[in-house]
Amino acid sequence: MVTQSLVLASILFAVGTAGVVFRRNAIILFLCIELMLNAVNLAFVALSTAIGIEGQVFVFFVMTVAAAEAAVGLAIIISIFRLRETVDMNDFNLLRW
Amino acid sequence: MVDLLWWVFASIAIGGAIGTVTRKNPIASLMFLVLAFFALAGIYVLLGAHFIAAVQVIVYAGAILVLFLFVIMLLNLGHDYRSDLRGGAWIVAGFVSAGVIGWAVFRSVTEPDAFVDRGGQQAIEASVRELNAVGAIAQPLFREFVVAFELTSILLLVAIVGAVILAKRRV
Amino acid sequence: MPEFQPTLLWAVAVLPFAGFLINGIGAFIAPDRKILATVTGPAVVGAAFLIAVVNFLGMRGAELHGPIVETYWQWITVGGLRIDAAFQLDQLSMLMTLIVTGVGFLIHVFSVGYMHADGGYLRYFAYLNLFIFFMLVLVLGSNFPLMFVGWEGVGLCSYLLIGFWFKDREKADAGKKAFIVNRIGDLGFMIAMFMLYANVRSLDFVTVFEQAPVTFAFGGAAVTAITLFLFLGAAGKSAQIPLYVWLPDAMAGPTPVSALIHAATMVTAGVYLVARAAVLFALAPVTAIVVAGTGALTALFAATIGLAQYDIKKVLAYSTVSQLGYMFIGVGVGAWAAGVFHLMTHAFFKALLFLGSGAVIHAMHEAYHHTHRHDDAQDMRNMGGLRRYMPITWATMWLATLAIAGVWPFAGFFSKDEIIWQVGARAVGPFEGWFTAFWIMALVAALLTAFYMTRLMVMTFHGRNRTGEAESHHLREVSPVMWVPLAILAMLSVVGGWINVPEAIAHAPVLGWLPSAEWLHEWLHPITESAEAVAAVNLPAAAEHAPFGGGEVMWAALSFGLAVAVILLAARFVGGRQIRPAAQSAEPRGLMRVLYHKWYVDEIYDAIIIRPVLATSRALARFIDDGIVDGAVNGVGYAARALGWVGSRLQTGQLNSYAFAVVGGVLLLIALVVLR
Repeated sequence: MVTQSLVLASILFAVGTAGVVFRRNAIILFLCIELMLNAVNLAFVALSTAIGIEGQVFVFFVMTVAAAEAAVGLAIIISIFRLRETVDMNDFNLLRW
Repeated sequence: MVDLLWWVFASIAIGGAIGTVTRKNPIASLMFLVLAFFALAGIYVLLGAHFIAAVQVIVYAGAILVLFLFVIMLLNLGHDYRSDLRGGAWIVAGFVSAGVIGWAVFRSVTEPDAFVDRGGQQAIEASVRELNAVGAIAQPLFREFVVAFELTSILLLVAIVGAVILAKRRV
Repeated sequence: MPEFQPTLLWAVAVLPFAGFLINGIGAFIAPDRKILATVTGPAVVGAAFLIAVVNFLGMRGAELHGPIVETYWQWITVGGLRIDAAFQLDQLSMLMTLIVTGVGFLIHVFSVGYMHADGGYLRYFAYLNLFIFFMLVLVLGSNFPLMFVGWEGVGLCSYLLIGFWFKDREKADAGKKAFIVNRIGDLGFMIAMFMLYANVRSLDFVTVFEQAPVTFAFGGAAVTAITLFLFLGAAGKSAQIPLYVWLPDAMAGPTPVSALIHAATMVTAGVYLVARAAVLFALAPVTAIVVAGTGALTALFAATIGLAQYDIKKVLAYSTVSQLGYMFIGVGVGAWAAGVFHLMTHAFFKALLFLGSGAVIHAMHEAYHHTHRHDDAQDMRNMGGLRRYMPITWATMWLATLAIAGVWPFAGFFSKDEIIWQVGARAVGPFEGWFTAFWIMALVAALLTAFYMTRLMVMTFHGRNRTGEAESHHLREVSPVMWVPLAILAMLSVVGGWINVPEAIAHAPVLGWLPSAEWLHEWLHPITESAEAVAAVNLPAAAEHAPFGGGEVMWAALSFGLAVAVILLAARFVGGRQIRPAAQSAEPRGLMRVLYHKWYVDEIYDAIIIRPVLATSRALARFIDDGIVDGAVNGVGYAARALGWVGSRLQTGQLNSYAFAVVGGVLLLIALVVLR
């Protein structure tokens, strides 16, 4: 089961990466990042059956941080939306050459 | 039985993930992710991490994704059905990266001695029996990892303050 | 007889250099204190002259076994080549030193009067002193490179002094022209030095001239090439065809400069070079023909141009070129002493002629200054009848004219006639045809010389005064500081020839009562003996009669008579013509027009040489400098910008691409770890 779970985790992580690379909508980008984080959580939990309770403790922390990050990130997106009226990543190009 | 359940949950999770990544409508995307999270929670239960599964549903699916939903609603993005997938080369790039990462991780985890089974399952079960599910996590949390715990709470504080400031309307 | 030790030989050169430093620094810090230059300028040269005289008397008293070389320090020691900073004192260099310092001193004194109103007074004397210094290095140097230092130095001073009034564009251009044309000759000198070193492995005069008869085959290619290149250098410095074009333009400088540099000293450097390297030239009969031929052609050519010029200094300039041709005829045919003799007498009377013309120009300037007119003070058509106003100048210049025309018993008679005689007498054996032609050309040129000099004198001093009523009240003789040098030079023009009366004439009636038969010839004998030995072995001896018969005495008398006849004829002819002031004169026509425009040589040079060179330079500048060099440098810049542009494309500002980049990096790392 552990191995299978790890494989599942890797698949989810890969899917999340693909989403980050080719979605333009900033919020959906975020969702894909959350997906990646979850894949990592799954890996931790799977391994905790082999290693010990520390895996689950770490998952706890990951979730906390993910929550904080999601809050702040969404606040940023809201601010940008106020300025730009759009959440299309292509339009956030002030750092362009 | 467990195996079958596992497979069911696994396929739901993957389906949800793919759906998240490919939907045009942000709300649909989000719903698929919720589905995926629920499936993951199920898998956590099957792996014996009951508390984590509960936290996943309550915090992740129930708080974080709801927050996402709030923002989508707030910004009135739910009506835009235009595709926001990047074209051509990016798709190839996406698939390539997905493929390579997936393969790399897969390789690493299917190594014969990728990890050593130190009998974690038994230890977990023992402590669950002793302290029940919450206590099993709480004990290491407040004992060995108490510093990280406190720092995390500060992090949360910072995040709250930051989020408020960032999203404040300039008056 | 006691051994001779030179006294203070170095001081002869160092004193003028000290004068240059004093006057030069003075020109910077106190250009109005003219008294500084008035005293130091002539004084240092006079002191140098006195030291030279002391050494000369010592040399006469002692018996010299060879040149005395005083080494001051080692200059270049490279491989097998060793060149010292050393002065060589022998009869030839002593003679040249006396001429340079003596005539130089007189010209310095004259300059005090001539230039006293000029703002650049101190600068002028600084340059003049520097010139004397370099000229002395040239004549006293004991090896070719040191002589070349002096050679280049006098070229530099010539440029500085010709373009003295550099604010006038024409005058500055004349200075540049002199320097550039000289450069062509200098190239010849340098190539000759290289070839000489390649053959003889030394550049010291003593060593080279001793080894020359042994190392070089008579008439061989090596020595012919060396001597031809040396002659190229001499032709540049001494204004022979085809490099004479700078000298008439050089009249843009102050007149005492023309007297010193372009009459008495610098232009004689080429003749000195040939005389010094006599043994080399004696070994190359082909070069002898080239040298004598160029001299003869130049003498005739320049004389024809001198017939048609109206500017008094231009007539004298072409006369100088012509007389230099005579000197080259002399040293070309192997009559070394005769050539040097003419060098000496020419220094006297040509310096006198130039200084005299300077006095005339000075007086004319003063006159025009008073009436505020701007006519050309140098145009002879504006002069006339000046003998009433400037008697001393008139008298001294007539003495010089008689000398240059070859009238007995003045200096030019002996020197010029000896050259003409020598070229005729040596027209034997392989040289017969050539030297006969040169002899005829020299005779014709002599007659032309008499003609144009008389024309100059008559137009300037005789007849009616054409300067104008108002001006003529202001014409007066120049101050003593200017006419005393004229008088001294006049005296020298009279007696100067008596030191080398040819043997044949010394014993003839009337013509021969003068003292010192062939003294100069004997004095220079140690210098010329090795060359004469080479000639004696390889060439037939000189004949006793000229090509068309007649001995030396006969021809001397004949040319004397012809000279007098031409003078009288010219005086009649020019005196009888109606001459108008320059502003009212018409352009000459026909042959005179061609002569007036100097046979259009400058125009020909411009079309054939200068324009193509400039066009080539421009093309090269555009192609190589702008295209290749600038292209390469700019290209580097463009390449950097292009690279930068490519790099900047990475900064898309898109989060997705950054994420992709991160993913890519992680991929790489994982690949490295996992796939190892």
